[in-house]
Amino acid sequence: MTVTVIRPRSPWYLLNFHELWEFRELLYIFSWRDIKVRYKQTILGILWVLLQPLLSMVIFTVFFGNFAQIPSDGLPYPVFVLLGLVFWGYFSGALSRASTAFIDNEGLVKKVYFPREILPFSTVVTALADFFVSLVLFFIVAVAFHVPFNIAFFGMILLALIITTLTSAGVGLLVASINIKYRDVRYIIPYFLQLMIFVTPVIYPLSIVRPSFQFILALNPMAGVINSLRSVLISGSIMDPIHLFVSFVAAVILFISGILYFRRTERFFADIL
Amino acid sequence: MTPIIEVKGLSKKYKIGEAQPYLTLRDTLAGLFTHPFQKIKEGLQKDEFWALKDINFTVEPGEVVGIIGRNGAGKSTLLKILSRITPPTSGEVILRGRVGSLLEVGTGFQQELTGRENIFLNGAILGMSQSEIKKKFNEIVDFAEIEKFINTPVKHYSSGMYMRLAFSIAAHLDPDILIVDEVLAVGDIEFQEKCIGKMDQIAKKEGKTVLFVSHNLDAIRKLCHRCIFVNQGELVFDGQVSEALDKYHNLHESIDLESEGGISKLGRRGSGTIKFTSISILNSQGKKSNFFNLNDKIRFKIKYSILNTVQGLNLIIYFYSTKAEKVVLSEIRQEINPDKIKKGSKGEFIIDVSLTNILPGEYNLQFWLGDRAALKQNHPIHYDYIDKLYRPIMIHDPENTDLGSGIILFPAKIIKNNKDK
Repeated sequence: MTVTVIRPRSPWYLLNFHELWEFRELLYIFSWRDIKVRYKQTILGILWVLLQPLLSMVIFTVFFGNFAQIPSDGLPYPVFVLLGLVFWGYFSGALSRASTAFIDNEGLVKKVYFPREILPFSTVVTALADFFVSLVLFFIVAVAFHVPFNIAFFGMILLALIITTLTSAGVGLLVASINIKYRDVRYIIPYFLQLMIFVTPVIYPLSIVRPSFQFILALNPMAGVINSLRSVLISGSIMDPIHLFVSFVAAVILFISGILYFRRTERFFADIL
Repeated sequence: MTPIIEVKGLSKKYKIGEAQPYLTLRDTLAGLFTHPFQKIKEGLQKDEFWALKDINFTVEPGEVVGIIGRNGAGKSTLLKILSRITPPTSGEVILRGRVGSLLEVGTGFQQELTGRENIFLNGAILGMSQSEIKKKFNEIVDFAEIEKFINTPVKHYSSGMYMRLAFSIAAHLDPDILIVDEVLAVGDIEFQEKCIGKMDQIAKKEGKTVLFVSHNLDAIRKLCHRCIFVNQGELVFDGQVSEALDKYHNLHESIDLESEGGISKLGRRGSGTIKFTSISILNSQGKKSNFFNLNDKIRFKIKYSILNTVQGLNLIIYFYSTKAEKVVLSEIRQEINPDKIKKGSKGEFIIDVSLTNILPGEYNLQFWLGDRAALKQNHPIHYDYIDKLYRPIMIHDPENTDLGSGIILFPAKIIKNNKDK
């Protein structure tokens, strides 16, 4: 028999994994709902997920690859930029959707109990589904440009996924919680993401940045992720393991601070919304 | 037997205004610059109040307990804590069994999705597993009577179909403890009766424990074995249903605006050119009251003062049903001789209203002072506007005939009756 004890809540714990496991179906159902609703009224449907990175790839290749002659570490520029775009797209998609997860589901937060973190987490899962579709696109483009793969690259994709997921879930949870009290945050996020793509080596390689600057850039987890992915694809090994490590630590710190802030404010969600 | 629900010393503190308003980052930043040494605090530093204070009760398995009380008495806060939506400030609750809570019918319905998809979505939100929903799918559809439209997006549903589907999903949740808040406030009589029937079945045949909040006292009488009466955050009575309902009816407590701090503390809007200075609500004996019988007379004594000379002045009193949100029931317009609207003057209205064509229930009152001529030119001038008094007035039908939901009584007489033919 399940016994529930309700007491004034302590904000000093991170995640209740047992409870999250019990509610795993809800996590899946929420992302299923988001995917379903999103494609219900679009003509292009799933094609849109492919079209977005594909169009960006073409535009960036024309302007940055051809006109500006930005180096691409020996990879064909379209493959180079698409790899960055696929991961950046996952990160920015997950973060921007997660940031409004609570206010978009106001009715649920006020009327039904479930672990609140499921809402932003489920938007990350939704973005992950898009990510896998665009990853297939990446492999098709890479094969078309005769870029060989090595086994280490697949391992690196997995590691990159973990870091990106931690970062977007952590920052997403943080922003979603702030958004409940400060509604203007919702307008800041798209602008912030637009700027962030330039401080992340998506359209340029990290190698053109001054070494002292590279280290600062690595504090942005997405910088370490995208840079390492490329270096593994080119050489089969991570050229700057320290950068990747810094990015990984930054991702973990972001994730934990997101949860901590969420826990401190969660108690008042139903009262503020 | 161990009680299935134990509530011990439960209290919940809120700041006045109940819900804290959200702020913009700009406001906080601006505050930081104007008062750099003041710590930013949670919400506004206004007085706090107890929405619930030291509530204690236990419920045995299989009991059906009704919770009654006026709006704002703390019923919904209690259910919100039991449903874990908001935590208590102090105290403890122990729930021994699976809890299904239904604070609103149709929470989380997604307009774009079909009935079938929404059954799975809503079921999961309420805490059912997908395999459970699959098992009960046909039962849910049958009860809701929507077989034909199961693959239609719910945005095309009539409100009746929508409500039936939403209630049906919740009714098949199969919890050990069912917590229901005011679900019957919506929907037609047929639907309400079906819901009561289903809840009765859950309680009596399946032996589940039910906590039930309603303004529909008839439903409480039909369903519950025991009744808890909450007033101003405190548990006033816990026991026999009939006794609790008597206590509730006999609550002749008046709207004493002076003791609540007068109308000056109410949220007000308007230019303030003319202001309400006091409002009294009196019964036919001339006593302050907020409890009236059907066909009683209600007397408003309204005083105002004029701070600046104006063109015209009208008073409107609106009755808003607390069941159906924002339904204008009655509008009392009173015009005043323009000669008297001079700066610095004071005035008083005394208005009698007979409560004949109104259905029993709770009504909130709104008071508006403005210029009607300006209103006609699509350019309303508001002088003073009181959104809501502290408490609603109650209109009670002494004959206790349940007329169901609604707001208006039309006078009618039988012209022809074919019975003798």
